[in-house]
Amino acid sequence: MRSSTLRGILRYLRPYSFFLVCTVLLALVNVAGSLAVPYLAGRGVDCILGRGEVDYPALYRIFCAIAVCIAVSAAAQWLMSLSNNRIAYHVLADIRTDAFRKIEVLPLKYLDARAFGETASTVITDAEQFSEGLLLGFTQLFTGAATILGVLVILFVMRWEIALVVLFVTPLSLFAAKFISSRTYRMFREQSDVRAEQTAFIDEMVGNLKVVKAFCHERENEETFDEINARLKRCSLKAVFFSSTTNPATRFVNAVAYALVALSGALLVLTGGAFTVGNLSSALSYASQYSKPFNEITEVIAEFQNALACAARLFALIGEESEPSDGGNVPLGKVRGEVELSHVDFSYTPEKKLIEDLSFKAPAGKRIAIVGPTGCGKTTLINLLMRFYDVNGGSVTVDGKDVRAVTRRSLRENYGMVLQETWLKTATVRENLCMGRPSASEEEMIAAAKAAHAHHFIMRLPKGYDTVLGDEGALSQGQKQLLCIARVMLLRPPMLILDEATSNIDTRTELKVQDAFAKLMEGRTCFIVAHRLSTIENADLILVMKEGAIIEQGTHSDLLARRGFYYELYNAQFAE
Amino acid sequence: MKHLLDCLKTYWKEAALSPLFKLFEVGLELLVPLVVAAIIDVGIGGGDSGYIVRAGLLLVAFGALGLVFALTAQYFAAKAAVGTAAELRSRLFRKLQSLSFSAIDGIGTAQMITRMTSDVNQVQTGVNMALRLFLRSPFVVFGAMAMAFVIDVKAALVFVAVIPLLAVVIYTVMGVCVPLYQKVQGNLDKVYLSTRENLSGVRVIRAFSLEESEQREFGARCGALTKSQKTVGRIAALTSPLTFVLINVAVIVLLYVGAIRVDGGYLEQGQVVALYGYLAQILIELVKLANLIVTVTKAASCQKRIGRVLDMEGEPEVLLPAEEEEGPAVEFRDVSFAYEGGGANALTGISFSAERGETVGIVGGTGSGKSTLVSLLPRFYAATEGSVRIGGKDVKAIPADDLRKTVAVVPQKAVLFKGTIRSNLLWGNGEAAEEELLRAVSLAQAEDVVAAKGGLDGEIAQEGRNLSGGQRQRLTIARALVRRPGILILDDSMSALDYATDRNLRNALKTLGCTVFLVSQRAASVSHADKIVVLDEGRLAGVGTHEELLERCEVYREIYRSQVRRDV
Repeated sequence: MRSSTLRGILRYLRPYSFFLVCTVLLALVNVAGSLAVPYLAGRGVDCILGRGEVDYPALYRIFCAIAVCIAVSAAAQWLMSLSNNRIAYHVLADIRTDAFRKIEVLPLKYLDARAFGETASTVITDAEQFSEGLLLGFTQLFTGAATILGVLVILFVMRWEIALVVLFVTPLSLFAAKFISSRTYRMFREQSDVRAEQTAFIDEMVGNLKVVKAFCHERENEETFDEINARLKRCSLKAVFFSSTTNPATRFVNAVAYALVALSGALLVLTGGAFTVGNLSSALSYASQYSKPFNEITEVIAEFQNALACAARLFALIGEESEPSDGGNVPLGKVRGEVELSHVDFSYTPEKKLIEDLSFKAPAGKRIAIVGPTGCGKTTLINLLMRFYDVNGGSVTVDGKDVRAVTRRSLRENYGMVLQETWLKTATVRENLCMGRPSASEEEMIAAAKAAHAHHFIMRLPKGYDTVLGDEGALSQGQKQLLCIARVMLLRPPMLILDEATSNIDTRTELKVQDAFAKLMEGRTCFIVAHRLSTIENADLILVMKEGAIIEQGTHSDLLARRGFYYELYNAQFAE
Repeated sequence: MKHLLDCLKTYWKEAALSPLFKLFEVGLELLVPLVVAAIIDVGIGGGDSGYIVRAGLLLVAFGALGLVFALTAQYFAAKAAVGTAAELRSRLFRKLQSLSFSAIDGIGTAQMITRMTSDVNQVQTGVNMALRLFLRSPFVVFGAMAMAFVIDVKAALVFVAVIPLLAVVIYTVMGVCVPLYQKVQGNLDKVYLSTRENLSGVRVIRAFSLEESEQREFGARCGALTKSQKTVGRIAALTSPLTFVLINVAVIVLLYVGAIRVDGGYLEQGQVVALYGYLAQILIELVKLANLIVTVTKAASCQKRIGRVLDMEGEPEVLLPAEEEEGPAVEFRDVSFAYEGGGANALTGISFSAERGETVGIVGGTGSGKSTLVSLLPRFYAATEGSVRIGGKDVKAIPADDLRKTVAVVPQKAVLFKGTIRSNLLWGNGEAAEEELLRAVSLAQAEDVVAAKGGLDGEIAQEGRNLSGGQRQRLTIARALVRRPGILILDDSMSALDYATDRNLRNALKTLGCTVFLVSQRAASVSHADKIVVLDEGRLAGVGTHEELLERCEVYREIYRSQVRRDV
């Protein structure tokens, strides 16, 4: 698991290996430059011994050296950031693009089984945390490690005693940080649990604020809310306070290290020898800089874990099995629209059988109505017709061709579909209408909208056909449905699927839409799923489904005459 | 800012003590270079090793005392921040609950939830960081400068020159970056939107074979995001090298000035080391400050958004002074209504009345104003013109709580809440006894639902997801009946019921003696009502009984015929 994640990361990094090398080299230059400055400044201090004891020429040489170091180090740092940003942001875009491409080819079985928010958050949040935690973290880790090593080497070269002090005392801050974070983990867990509880409550009550107000339930809600809020306050205080002790603790360790360096360094200067006041000044400067990379590394390592987990989720999504490929399949071409299901078996999960040995034939240009109680498999049938799912056994054929032998695109192009949930894109009305046929002319589009009785209300929108529809836009459910119908009207495919397409429209509007549909349906094979029987009375064939099987089929009058299940369903409607 | 400060006021002690202890801590840190200077000039200069050891121990003591101060400061900061956030959340929740329906429509659910959760969390972090660090950095920077003056006025001028320059660099970079960050966020939102839409609309996208064009669009949005990220990254990445250059140029100047001052005998070597130490402290502090500014800017914009919600007007208890007048149970007097910002009238010139105990059916096409009409009764929305009267009193003059206790609504969207069947029914009336609950359940034809869930204490999942649409509808009806309302509104709330249940329910409602408003798309459901109100595009197309309307009202005939066998 771990190693496959790492391999995945390396695969995404490979195209940027040049920038990766640049980043590492520039980081080294940057660290070297910034570490040289305190050393040189210390040498400078040694040139300033006292009254009349200043070595100006040496001082000027040191100034030049410092200036060069500053320039080189600053330039290296900036370029390193650019190079690193390039890697991080491009890898982020690459990985998102791959994840998105995968979403487009994943079987619906996978997508239907998960909440959209979950998958979307993998593509957005996980990808971001991966990029920030792992890639931006990498430079911090690398610079940090290089700085620590550099400081130790310089100190050892200057005076090993000082180096030892720093070497042994400073890592204490790492232990302190680790100790604190292991203690606070539980507190953060508790905090996020209570926070989740509160969010769920907010979600429920604010999401249904109108019901709350209708029942004057505000006071009771406030009490519940305050109770959760008080608990959240208590555990947040603990989590926030204890986690914020890390910084003071490391600062304390650092202060001790600083004091010890000052003490040992001063004593070393006193004993004479090569250790000068300038060296002491440099050593102190290093000691104070030394804890910074430690702090950074602790933070980065904590984020690494999270970033790896995010990467693992991303790679799991990207590595998910796609729909069986269309490779080798031929395009279906324009069909007459003769659909046949023979001996079809299908179920979403092996444990729960749904459709068994289902057969029927829809002759070209006929109107097929599917009726039956909820859960009888009506929607599933549509999934199979559109090849959103593949059958487990038997076959679905269009004009005698097995749908598994033709490309999905060519199959779906032959269908026009209006689903129960009206889905519109956040885009203009125009873009939504011309979705299936971007080449449609303005006249064709308006004609389709008029036919679907949508033109009238579209013109009343603030910008007419150029109004951008938001997810919660001003359109009513019924209006959205009319747009979906107009979208199909424009397409004029040889076969239609209408899944409870009229359930959100009142019967009066429906009458008008039916009228338009009647024109559209002429000469086309249609599959209609609807609750209201009046809308399907004039179908050529009615399939009555129950528990995954077709229990009756025939025309309206046939079925009524049979006095079976359909007869019962139909009469329940007008019972008084 | 007003609201934030107001919430922070409760914690003013903590909010004041935290920076105060920070100040103590910084004070100790600022003394360190002076001690080091003394070690060099007195200890080393005078060859006094005892002095050096004492000074070294003093530094350790400073560290320990600093730790105590810092922890105290952190504690107070955490307490103030967490407390302020809790107070903000509580106020937001109360404010949201007090908003009028128009205001609720205006903000939208998603926004309200974001305000209450992530925005408040950001503010909490912002307040915490501000108390802990925002004041610390200026303390260190200006403190270091002050200490430099103590050591040597001439040398301290280097500090006076470099600090404003540093401030200019940091603020310029931030000033340029903050709007750019907003652009990045906007681009990220678009990428998110693409992703979400492609998941929620996967069937339509595949049915229309839009995969490739969607991928192209996503690619373009990702590209725009990357571009804006790189642009802002390029500028933000300047902060660190520029401050590094400025500080280290200051080091050169300081050494030069120091050399001259030492040469002239005004300054000692150790003091130069101390001045250098102060510059180093400023550099470390500025790096922290730069990171902090990003956090605080984010929190500030969240705080602004929260403030906008808190500034909204709550729904007033009454809109008009009370007036005494007798009248029918319900009366609409020439009522017109337009949604805020909705342009055209949703209802125009509606007049009709209903007597106590009558059932009023309301029918009409999609968007004809049926739901709008009934939502005027509990004053979810207030009539723009004319008046809606209950028992002769204008609803605008009745306090919202009293009004909504009289008028019970079963909304179109059948929503239940997490808990039990009992807890949901008690929404109708918190004091209802067991028998009353059971009676309401039986009236609402929901006995089988309660039985299926194992009694009144059966669990209900969030939004009632563990029930079917029809089961939910019947329980929401029972919830309204528990209220024993004078007026009951059923806003198309029987659509998921089969015809037999629908009929039984209607019969049961007749026995209650309350005035019932029945919004429905089924002609059969309203045909037996005492009075049927027919709406057409916001206007009254007819009022009367089924028979009268069949005779007189073209719209009603059309609706009825569209649903019932042609030969009727």
